[in-house]
Amino acid sequence: MDLPPSGSASTSPLPGHFASGGAGPAHAAPTFALVGNPNCGKSTLFNALTGLKQKVGNYPGVTVEKKLGECYSQHGRAMKVIDLPGAYSLAARSPDEAVMRDVLLGRRSDTPQPDRIICIVDASNLERNLYLVHQVLDLGRPTIVALNMMDVAARAGVTIDVARLERDLGVPVIPCEAAHGKGLVEIRLAMSRTDLPLPRHSWDIPAPIAPAVSELQASLVQNDARQPLIARAEALLLLTDQDPLRVAGSAPHSARTIAILEQWKTRWHAAAIDWSGALVNSRYEAISRICGDVVTRDSRAGPPLSDRLDGVVVHPFWGWAIFGGIMAAIFFSIFSFAEYPMNLIDGGVAAFADWVKSVMPPGDLRDLITDGAIAGVGGVVIFLPQILILFFFIGLLEDTGYMARAAFIMDRLMNKVGLNGRSFIPMLSSYACAIPGVMATRTIEDAKDRLVTILVAPLMSCSARLPVYLLMIAALLPGEAVSTGAKVGLMFTMYALGTLGAFAFAWLFKRTLLKGEPPLMIMELPPYRMPRIRDVALHMTERAMMFLRKAGTIILALSIVLWALTTYPKHEDPEATSQEQIAQSFAGTAGHAIEPVIKPLGYDWRIGIGLISSFAAREVFVSSMGVIFGVEEVDEEDTTPLREALLAARWPDGRQLFTPLVCFSLMVFYVFAMQCLSTVAVVKRETNSWKWPLFQIAYMTGTAYVACLVIHLVGRLVGWA
Amino acid sequence: MKLSELSPGSSAILRELPATGTRFLRMREMGLLPGTRVKLVRTAPLGDPLEIEVRGYHLSLRRDEAAQIVVETTGG
Repeated sequence: MDLPPSGSASTSPLPGHFASGGAGPAHAAPTFALVGNPNCGKSTLFNALTGLKQKVGNYPGVTVEKKLGECYSQHGRAMKVIDLPGAYSLAARSPDEAVMRDVLLGRRSDTPQPDRIICIVDASNLERNLYLVHQVLDLGRPTIVALNMMDVAARAGVTIDVARLERDLGVPVIPCEAAHGKGLVEIRLAMSRTDLPLPRHSWDIPAPIAPAVSELQASLVQNDARQPLIARAEALLLLTDQDPLRVAGSAPHSARTIAILEQWKTRWHAAAIDWSGALVNSRYEAISRICGDVVTRDSRAGPPLSDRLDGVVVHPFWGWAIFGGIMAAIFFSIFSFAEYPMNLIDGGVAAFADWVKSVMPPGDLRDLITDGAIAGVGGVVIFLPQILILFFFIGLLEDTGYMARAAFIMDRLMNKVGLNGRSFIPMLSSYACAIPGVMATRTIEDAKDRLVTILVAPLMSCSARLPVYLLMIAALLPGEAVSTGAKVGLMFTMYALGTLGAFAFAWLFKRTLLKGEPPLMIMELPPYRMPRIRDVALHMTERAMMFLRKAGTIILALSIVLWALTTYPKHEDPEATSQEQIAQSFAGTAGHAIEPVIKPLGYDWRIGIGLISSFAAREVFVSSMGVIFGVEEVDEEDTTPLREALLAARWPDGRQLFTPLVCFSLMVFYVFAMQCLSTVAVVKRETNSWKWPLFQIAYMTGTAYVACLVIHLVGRLVGWA
Repeated sequence: MKLSELSPGSSAILRELPATGTRFLRMREMGLLPGTRVKLVRTAPLGDPLEIEVRGYHLSLRRDEAAQIVVETTGG
């Protein structure tokens, strides 16, 4: 690989007005911001530069990931690196892009303005990538351009005159192949320089717009305390932001600046001047001039391999076959491969609890530790296998570029309910478990589509509903004489009901609650790439850690609360059976208390206890029923003793409690009701507020109630009881 | 003619985009500007969305969005 003459362009020292940075060699570690388009290899470069020395968190108030890393200069000095979210433009269209813009402009109180910027550019797609670079250069900060994927460009017959590009932009341009570790030394060398030159690119702001830029710039300096170059860049952004997206944590503009902006907009509206279009145009003109100078294309290069692959991957027939195959592989991996480690965890947790029981004296403390804390931790850790497997696949699909194709194939169908193709994988994974499903919605760029997907994903019948369905089917269709077909049909009905419900509610939410102008659905189809296991593995562990840290704590706390509810107050007789104990616990009292509410559904207070205790997790319903109806050991595989006990249960007046109608209605209740604390915790974490999880509990459980009420009334009417 | 009316494999020059009043600014920022050469590569298996090639990269957009973009075929 040919290397650029290091620092040939300019040697101007850092100007003094970058006071916020403290970038001088004698001061604190300089901070570099890593920016670039999606799919340009930014994460790979970040991982390569910082290795495992990185911290992943969240920007306060928004669900945008904050990634911080550290690396060392040639002289062994620590340097901080912030990996900003991938973006196509500083004129933000999503919370991710808004965070990136605000960090660069120094508008976020939680993140100091970076001292220097590294712009990563996909060399095989230079022109569009330079759009963001060009905007970043406007900021006038010391910048390094990393020209990534030189190998891909070379294979596509694209040659780039690096020295010339460096001259045109005024900043160091370093060719590299982050995926193969090439050029990293040179990037580190450039990062270590104390005399990074400042941008020297030039472009013409269209004449009718130039005075507005100057006026806004002056106001930003005067009223918003910006330094002049940042103010100019920000003025340009204000003019291309149709709806200046403000996210939590960024400071608003002064009234004076906003007034000037509105004045100009009114004036241009009257004169029918498309100011933002004109600004984009003239920037692209400048970029096209640069590309004309530095890019040479070998016209003999045939269509790239990626294009030929796409001929098959999105083929009207083979496309579906491949898509179906991949989705089936993901689905069955989450469903069945996860089972083995999940059983191991389950068994391990139970064995540990037994061991604690054997070494501790009996008492409340022991029960709190075993039945509350250990069981709660177990309830958190049990989700890890599914999360790891799903995110292994998602990492792989994202990294190879197939994710965009999957969305491309599914978009038409998802569009029918107002979602886009990206919602498909989160919804599919929710059949296994809504927790990884909800976490997977991060791949959906549009904020509203993402929220709607989060809201409806838990309606897909997850594996935790299976034990409930199985028990109820066994009670509803007892005996060996019943054909397997009837049982399977009933099971299928539940899955279909949940799926239809999810799509119906998505449709409804997109038309009411989260209405608004549909976003422009444009999506890049990046070239296929070999996945890098290291990046995929990092992605997986990041997700898992985030789940454990953020959702795990909530789940654990709530598990302990629920344990207390079924344990206290204690029965007066210490020899009381657990059946008697739960009956007079808080949960039992609550079961009695809600009986008037659930009686119209045909449920009594004992079912009420089951509903309350399984609010933590649906499958708890089965074990609760076991305790309540005096069947101590409940085997999820063989529910015969419990089934017999349920069928023997009677109302005080002697009527049968678990009539076929009640069994059916309970299944439907579990299809719709939000009986999963872990999902609530994850939704809280992913939407960053309690508002949406609470709404979700209300609408889902409300739907369940209404559906069961209708079933009960209609069932009674037609005499099916 | 409209971008959505191109047949797969054919190229055209983009002539007109809806004014950037609200939604089409991002499309411009992605490089779709009057005078830009675009190629309709293929459509998704269900006929929507469309895959186009612009400035050397591939982009997917929905048919009803493409129907608002005026192009001029260059006969090649």
